[in-house]
Amino acid sequence: MRRAVVAPTTEPALVQWGLTLAALGFVGIFLVLPLGTVFAEALAHGPAAYLRAVSDPDALAAMRLTLITAAIAVPLNLVFGVAASWAIAKFDFRGKSVLISLIDLPFSVSPVVSGLIFVLLFGLQGWFGPWLAAHDIKLIFAVPGIVLATVFVTFPFVARELIPLMQEQGSEEEEAALVLGASGRQIFLLVTLPNIRWGLLYGVLLCNARAMGEFGAVSVVSGHIRGLTNTMPLQVEILYNEYQFVAAFAVASLLAGLALVTLAAKTLLEHRFAATRAAAGKD
Amino acid sequence: MYLELRNVDKAFGDFQAVSDVSLAVREGELVALLGPSGSGKTTLLRIIAGLERPDRGQVLIGGTDVAGIGVQYRQIGFVFQHYALFRHMTVAQNVGFGLRVRKPRPSAAAIAAKVHELLHLVQMEGMEHRYPTQLSGGQRQRVALARALAIEPRVLLLDEPFGALDAQVRKELRRWLRRLHDETGITGVFVTHDQEEALEVADRVVVMNTGRIEQVGTPEEIYDEPATPFVYQFLGNVNRLPCRIDRGQATLAGLTLPVPEFSGLSDAPGIAFVRPHDLDLAVGDGDGIPVTVRHVVLMGPSVRIETVDAAGQTLEVEMSRAHWNALALGPGTRARATPRQMRVFPGEA
Repeated sequence: MRRAVVAPTTEPALVQWGLTLAALGFVGIFLVLPLGTVFAEALAHGPAAYLRAVSDPDALAAMRLTLITAAIAVPLNLVFGVAASWAIAKFDFRGKSVLISLIDLPFSVSPVVSGLIFVLLFGLQGWFGPWLAAHDIKLIFAVPGIVLATVFVTFPFVARELIPLMQEQGSEEEEAALVLGASGRQIFLLVTLPNIRWGLLYGVLLCNARAMGEFGAVSVVSGHIRGLTNTMPLQVEILYNEYQFVAAFAVASLLAGLALVTLAAKTLLEHRFAATRAAAGKD
Repeated sequence: MYLELRNVDKAFGDFQAVSDVSLAVREGELVALLGPSGSGKTTLLRIIAGLERPDRGQVLIGGTDVAGIGVQYRQIGFVFQHYALFRHMTVAQNVGFGLRVRKPRPSAAAIAAKVHELLHLVQMEGMEHRYPTQLSGGQRQRVALARALAIEPRVLLLDEPFGALDAQVRKELRRWLRRLHDETGITGVFVTHDQEEALEVADRVVVMNTGRIEQVGTPEEIYDEPATPFVYQFLGNVNRLPCRIDRGQATLAGLTLPVPEFSGLSDAPGIAFVRPHDLDLAVGDGDGIPVTVRHVVLMGPSVRIETVDAAGQTLEVEMSRAHWNALALGPGTRARATPRQMRVFPGEA
């Protein structure tokens, strides 16, 4: 009598195929199809219409504003994220758990509420509104407000990525470097930074994706002034509401393209990250 | 005295890690801090390095108080328990780190030469380009040591240097460390909870318990003349026998021995400590604790005999196989246990 050799963890073929199909179908309907639609609609009237929509002055202004916002918000949160995770992972101090909770706050607050907070603080009727108006400083319905709201919303990305990593690594290597005569700057540049570089890059990437794609908070503080305070997501909404579908989807396709690039970079980084972590070992 | 601690205290919150420790280490000496976990030995080591600040007391290196000298300027070699090698650097980069961060920075050729010399010393030539994860525990240990030696430290501190290694590698590295110390003549302090390690490697042993020094002495002194009950129990096997101390005499079942140092005590409880190999067995009448042989274990050339006294307390005896055979005893037979050397301390059992 012969018996088929079956590995104990193997499921029947039907189950295997069924599960795989279900997963693929889900991904297809909820991820691939919408993404495909974006590009299909954008090119519905041919490449010329697409190019015209993308090179529209308002669209270009929106792109410029989105890039400027990200260029300010990401470095700020990079510095803050490294500083906060360094403090949390390497030192014990009072209020540490409060700081950890505070870092998470932007994740738990709805972006629209975040935007409203800034309007209530810095808007004309807000707490600091009269003072700001008296000194001719315009935050709300202007670029600074958009940057502020974006910084707030993307606050946790870098820190959240680094804190567990740095906690796991501990501070023995830093202590070793210190005993060997390294200065604080040398310890950071030669020991700490190389150990966290992949995690840091990963956090920055996520932070950047969110900074460019943020809608809710930015929508509240922007005021939707075309060519001035519209970021790309806001521009998409306006165009769509005006039934300019090709233009709306063309700008949206740029954002979608950005998402795809981020995804690819993230996958690549995770690969490198896993490799170096495996090489670094955890003994 | 080259390295000196004076009345050092250190507490972490409510926990008194080190209390009133004073210690002097001569130049070129290798000293072991021996004690159970939580006895404050690692804290003491970190205080010497400057990684912890003492609450009170002084640390002197070469006669200078180092309180105002930052860790990075103390020129101390520290080998961490888990080595703390830089995981993203090769062996050569790890060993050369202390030179690379030095100001003024030595030339690349000078660093390379020094790294080569050290890797030769720790027998790790040909491994320059490996990463720490590609090394065995013993090899990592030796890289960590080479890295610490690269800065030509004034004192070498080692935290549980062999703690994470398996028995065979431990033994090898232990001998190797001793030889390395004899060759380089460096002043060293190492922390261990393994008495065998301390006794085999160190010139002097400092036994610590609950943040205090119990005894300081050569391995022979520590083993042969323990100063406190703790040291007796911590180093090697020992039998504890309850006894009475009365005006300079200690009495236990079948035995009386003079304890002139306690002539002030009258009818006080005490404990007599005797090592298994300091006990002999005899048959017939005479002095000695009456015991019954219960169990015999052959351990190579020697024999361990488990006996019970009248009170039901177990007494371990160790002797050579030849001697045991000559006695012609076996499980169930009666005998007298006669101590060759015994030490009595006052206190409840």
